[in-house]
Amino acid sequence: MRGSDWQQVDTAVRLVTPTLLIVILVVVSHIPLQIPNAGPVFPDIVLIAIYYWAVYRPDLMPFWVVFLIGLLQDLLGGDALGVSSMIFLAVFWTVAAQQRFFMSRSFGVVWAGFIVVGAGVVLLSWGLHALILGRSVHIGPALFQYLTTIAAYPLLAWIFAQTQRLVLK
Amino acid sequence: MKKRPSSVLRLASPFGAWGQRLAFLLLIVVAFALMLLSRADSRFAEQARTAVSDFFSPVLSHFASPVETIGDIIQQVRDMAALRAENVALRQENERLLAWQVRARQLAAENAGLRELSNFSAAPSPGQITARVIADSSNAFVRSLLVLAGEPDGVVKGQAAVTGQGLVGRVTAVGKRASRVLLVTDINSRIPVSIDRTRERAVLAGNNSGSPALIYLPPETGVQVGDRIVTSGHGGVFPKGIPVGVVTVVDGETILVRPHFDWNRIEYLRLIDYQLPGILGGQKGRPPEAGP
Repeated sequence: MRGSDWQQVDTAVRLVTPTLLIVILVVVSHIPLQIPNAGPVFPDIVLIAIYYWAVYRPDLMPFWVVFLIGLLQDLLGGDALGVSSMIFLAVFWTVAAQQRFFMSRSFGVVWAGFIVVGAGVVLLSWGLHALILGRSVHIGPALFQYLTTIAAYPLLAWIFAQTQRLVLK
Repeated sequence: MKKRPSSVLRLASPFGAWGQRLAFLLLIVVAFALMLLSRADSRFAEQARTAVSDFFSPVLSHFASPVETIGDIIQQVRDMAALRAENVALRQENERLLAWQVRARQLAAENAGLRELSNFSAAPSPGQITARVIADSSNAFVRSLLVLAGEPDGVVKGQAAVTGQGLVGRVTAVGKRASRVLLVTDINSRIPVSIDRTRERAVLAGNNSGSPALIYLPPETGVQVGDRIVTSGHGGVFPKGIPVGVVTVVDGETILVRPHFDWNRIEYLRLIDYQLPGILGGQKGRPPEAGP
C-alpha cells in the first residue's frame, strides 16, 4: 500500500514539475533587478520555458495550463489580458505539432527552432498590441528582447534539462 | 515500421486528437475575448490584476530585498570608481546651487509679500506615501511597477508617483497590499503637462520608447530643445509643477521628452496624496482625519 502511495506522489510530482517551474519563472521574471536598462530587454524566460517543454514533454502541459500561465503573466505584468495566453498557446501548438521533427535532434537544431519561433512571437505580440491600441507601436524594445532571449536560451535550456534529468527521468 | 504505433494510437483515440484541437481553438477564442474585454471594460481586468498582485506581493517583496542589496553593492563599487570626478562636479554644482539658494530666498520673501498683498489662498500642500518597489513589470510593450502599499496606506488611483528627480508615473490600480504604477514611458500613459518656460499646455504621451512625446500642443509654439516640462495640474489629480523631463528632440510635429528619473534604479517611490476637494472621486473609502 505504502509503496503505491509513494508511487502516486512520485507521479504527481513528475506531472506538475514543468508547470510549477514555469509559474516560479513567471514570478521571478517580475523581480525588480536594478540592472541598468534591464526591464524591457530582459530575456523572456517564460517563453523559453514554454518552448522547451513543448519540444521535450508536451504531454505534461495541457493547453489549459498553457492558457492559465499566459493569463497569470498578463495579470501580474499589467499587459492586456489574453495576449500572453494567445502567444504561448500559438507557440505550444506550433512546436508540439512538430514534436516528431524535434525528437532526438541536436541542441543546435532545437535552438535554431527557437530563433524562428521567437521571431514569430515578436511579430505576433507586436501585431496584437497594435491591434489592442489601434495604432502602431515601437517594435524596438521587442527586437532587443528577442536578441537577449535567444542569447539566454542555452543557459535556461541547460537548467531545464537538468531538472528533466533529475525529476522526470 | 516506426510509423505503426503512432498511427495505431491515433486511430485508437480519434476523440483525443479532435478534443485537443477543439480545446485549443476554444482557448484561443477565450484569449481573444479577454483581449477585447480588457480593452472595453477594464474594471474587470483591474480587479483581477489587483487580486493577483496582492496575492503575489509577499513573495515578490521577499525576493526584492536581496536583489536590492546586491544592486546596492554593485552601485557602491561603481560610486567608488567615480568618486573623484563626482566630487569635482558636486563642488561646482554646490557653488551654483548656493547662488540659486540666495535667489530662491529672495523670491520666497517677495512671493510671501505679494501673497499678503493680494489675499492669495495657497493650494493645499500634498501629503506623501513612501512605497517600496517590489515588481518591475516592464517587458517589450509594458512599463509598469508594483509598489508595496495599498488602500489601507492611503493609496488612491490617480496619485502621482515621484522620485527625488521627478515624476515617474501614476497609480493605475490599488489593491489591499500592492498597487500598480504606470510609468510615463508606457504606451497607455497620458499626463497633462506644461512647458515651464512658456506655460503652454500639452499632453505627455508614452510611446514605448525611453522618450515620451508631447502631443496636443497649440500649432505655433516656441518649444525648444532643453525646455523643462512640468505637470500642469489640469484635471486636478496631480499637483502643479512636478518636474517631468527635458525636451530633447523638436522635429516638426515630433517633440520628444527625456524624463528626469533614472528608471534603472527605482527602489522607493513617493506617492503624492494630493486631494482637491470634489474633484478626486476616489476619496470615499478614506477616513476624513487621514488627510495631511
